[in-house]
Amino acid sequence: MSSLLFATPKELTGWLAGLASGHRVLAPRQEGPSVVFRPRTAEELASADIDALLRRATASPKQAMLPQCETLVTFKSVKDAEDPSKLTTTLEAPIEAEPTVLFGGRPCDARGFVVLDRPYLEGKFKDPYYGARREATTIVTQACPSAFYSCFCNWVGGTPSDREGSDILFTAVEGGFVLEVVTEKGQALVEGAGFADASDKAAEVEAAHAAAAASLNPAPELSHVMEKVASRFTDTAFWDKETVKCLSCGACTYLCPTCQCFTITDEGSQLDGRRLRSWDSCMTPLFTMETSGHNPRPSKADRMRNRVSHKFSFYPERYNGFFSCVGCGRCVVSCPVSLDIRHMVQAAVEGATIEIKDEAPAKAPAAVAEAPEAKVREAAPEVKVPAEAAAPEPAVEAAPAEPAEAAAPAAAEKAAPAPKAQKSAPKTAPKSSTRSKAKKR
Amino acid sequence: MSEHDCGCSKNPYLPEVATVLEVITESPTIKSFRVRFDNEEAWNSFTFQPGQVGQLSVFGVGESTFVINTPPSCKDYIQFSVMRAGEVTTAIHKLQPGDKVGVRAPLGNYFPYEQWKGKNIVFVGGGIGMAPIRTIMLHVMEHASEYGRLSLLYGARSPEDMAYKADLPGWLESDVLHTTLTIDREAPNWPHRVGMIPNVLKELAPSPDNTIAVLCGPPIMIKFTLAAFREMGFKDENIITTLERRMKCGIGICGRCNLGGKYVCLDGPVFSQAQLNELPPEM
Ligand SMILES: Cc1cc2nc3c(=O)[nH]c(=O)nc-3n(C[C@H](O)[C@H](O)[C@H](O)COP(=O)(O)OP(=O)(O)OC[C@H]3O[C@@H](n4cnc5c(N)ncnc54)[C@H](O)[C@@H]3O)c2cc1C
Ligand code: SF4
Ligand code: SF4
Ligand code: FES
Repeated sequence: MSSLLFATPKELTGWLAGLASGHRVLAPRQEGPSVVFRPRTAEELASADIDALLRRATASPKQAMLPQCETLVTFKSVKDAEDPSKLTTTLEAPIEAEPTVLFGGRPCDARGFVVLDRPYLEGKFKDPYYGARREATTIVTQACPSAFYSCFCNWVGGTPSDREGSDILFTAVEGGFVLEVVTEKGQALVEGAGFADASDKAAEVEAAHAAAAASLNPAPELSHVMEKVASRFTDTAFWDKETVKCLSCGACTYLCPTCQCFTITDEGSQLDGRRLRSWDSCMTPLFTMETSGHNPRPSKADRMRNRVSHKFSFYPERYNGFFSCVGCGRCVVSCPVSLDIRHMVQAAVEGATIEIKDEAPAKAPAAVAEAPEAKVREAAPEVKVPAEAAAPEPAVEAAPAEPAEAAAPAAAEKAAPAPKAQKSAPKTAPKSSTRSKAKKR
Repeated sequence: MSEHDCGCSKNPYLPEVATVLEVITESPTIKSFRVRFDNEEAWNSFTFQPGQVGQLSVFGVGESTFVINTPPSCKDYIQFSVMRAGEVTTAIHKLQPGDKVGVRAPLGNYFPYEQWKGKNIVFVGGGIGMAPIRTIMLHVMEHASEYGRLSLLYGARSPEDMAYKADLPGWLESDVLHTTLTIDREAPNWPHRVGMIPNVLKELAPSPDNTIAVLCGPPIMIKFTLAAFREMGFKDENIITTLERRMKCGIGICGRCNLGGKYVCLDGPVFSQAQLNELPPEM
């Protein structure tokens, strides 16, 4: 499948403008301090400054497949002519999906959909609303030019040039971009675009990818993270300590490309109403509150434990060792009180006391690089953050604040210790622990 | 607009429209609703296993989870017994025969009765926990010759709180079921036992040999009844219970009802105590 094509910035925006007739083209747009994926018109795209279209989005593109709120079912009823207290009710399920191009996301964003696919499409029940949009969407991803301080895709099996989940992956090179067609869907999108062949630029692309990989902080030793995080479950003091500052605002979950939770609510009446699905967050106390008043996760420590464990232990346990985190760092950047999931996972792993058999003892973890002092704040777009939870400091212009690209591609090998791609189970999910064995059905 | 084509055959969020056939007032807080799908084809092809649940909805108010408490052999209707609790259950309690509701079913797993053949079974139901017991118990009674001794211990706070009054005489007189009823405190004209379920259970002292214990009820009753069963020598793999968690989708996607890596809506609600021991202690 893999073919390389070259496009100048003008050719790329021209192509997108052409796609906008016949597709919904979603691309990053600066809105105040936030960068969000929005439908863009052909005119906008034709005249767009390419750099503006390539900004790191502060909100994940999850909404391309899962709108924040959507109608699942509509109901309409008519009254019986004889007995008006009796109704005849008809239901409809408006499953709609426009042909869509999702442009300008990063490799972690594209991998996020692979994470969502498992619960939404690969279980006993399939989600037809998500499935229809997934089917109708072609994902055109930009390989990251360099890592941001909060990036950690290399901890969770990704790279800044990962192809997983993308239909086309494009990389900035001298004078323009090289598009690598990854899937047939991607091929269909470039058909007739008239892009030049770029087979001769393969080495330049490789070098750009290696440079980006080298700009990441090295991943710490994370073997057996699934078991180790699980073994922390009963260590309440640990989770209490890690969550002291948490405001339960949920920003971390709303901005996350892999958070899957939603609620279902009714609106209107039986005569004329609808059943809605809206994003929800496991960080709020009401999420698990039962009618009796009983809540299995009453404290914020309980909820953080669930969020972190879901991503690094429960989800991997359910889905063959894959993590439900792609290392995009949005939760790190957007937390109003600077809680950092990297720190929590690493601390959970380091302090774990369970014995992992059949392997040499884990070597001392590499130090995780500290976030730069002058940390760039990105406000959470579209998320209603309670007043007391809003970041006290005003949001700063945040978007294209990427560090200069690292120069030495040779450093790549040492930086990315090649964790497994999502397609096959990561090595970090061993099959040897008694706990994981006992839980297999 | 492109055609939906994700390979799935059925929209799991789209309920069947069903008609309430009959409403039975079981207790001051519990009513049973017998419903049947309006679409004949959907109704005729509907099957379920004892222990599976449904999402019952009042359109415009919302959905809630209830166990189908009729046995699968009942082809005329399915019954849900609903304890009035919050918004949806209050709306359900206002339903009258002829009203339309939504039903998404069957959801979840079921009691592993295939593995119980030839064994004795002790059913213990407390309060609304009698609903899941009812479906599996009636199913097993229909096939009583395939099992050993069947017994039921059903407890409620008071005689009024005891649901399924119409069934009780039959259960008490049944040749295949040994029934014990109990209430928490003395009440006039109560001919049966008085005492908390775990205590009465210890008095009955069922033998753990070749015996399965099935218990459903409020958390506090589960806790002490479980302890009583263990004390009597029952092994955790032979103690079966059902879990409750707040639910929405019922199909393992909305992320709400997880207990560790398991979803109660998909992998449950039926678990053996041995299985629960492997899950994180987050009740
Ligand atoms: C597997 C299972 C089987 C059940 N079987 C029965 C039964 O047979 N009879 C019965 O009376 N009750 C049963 N319940 C409990 C019943 O679902 C809740 O009492 C009911 O959802 C409360 O709804 P509400 O709208 O009145 O309360 P509200 O407080 O208004 O709740 C709003 C919504 O929260 C959710 N919710 C709240 N509490 C619970 C809960 N404990 N369990 C699940 N969802 C909840 C529901 O989606 C509900 O609609 C069962 C629960 C589960 C999980
Ligand atoms: S948990 Fe944080 S870093 Fe991981 S995918 Fe979600 S937002 Fe990104
Ligand atoms: S963003 Fe930070 S404060 Fe808000 S819920 Fe997440 S961890 Fe807690
Ligand atoms: S109710 Fe949605 S995952 Fe169980």
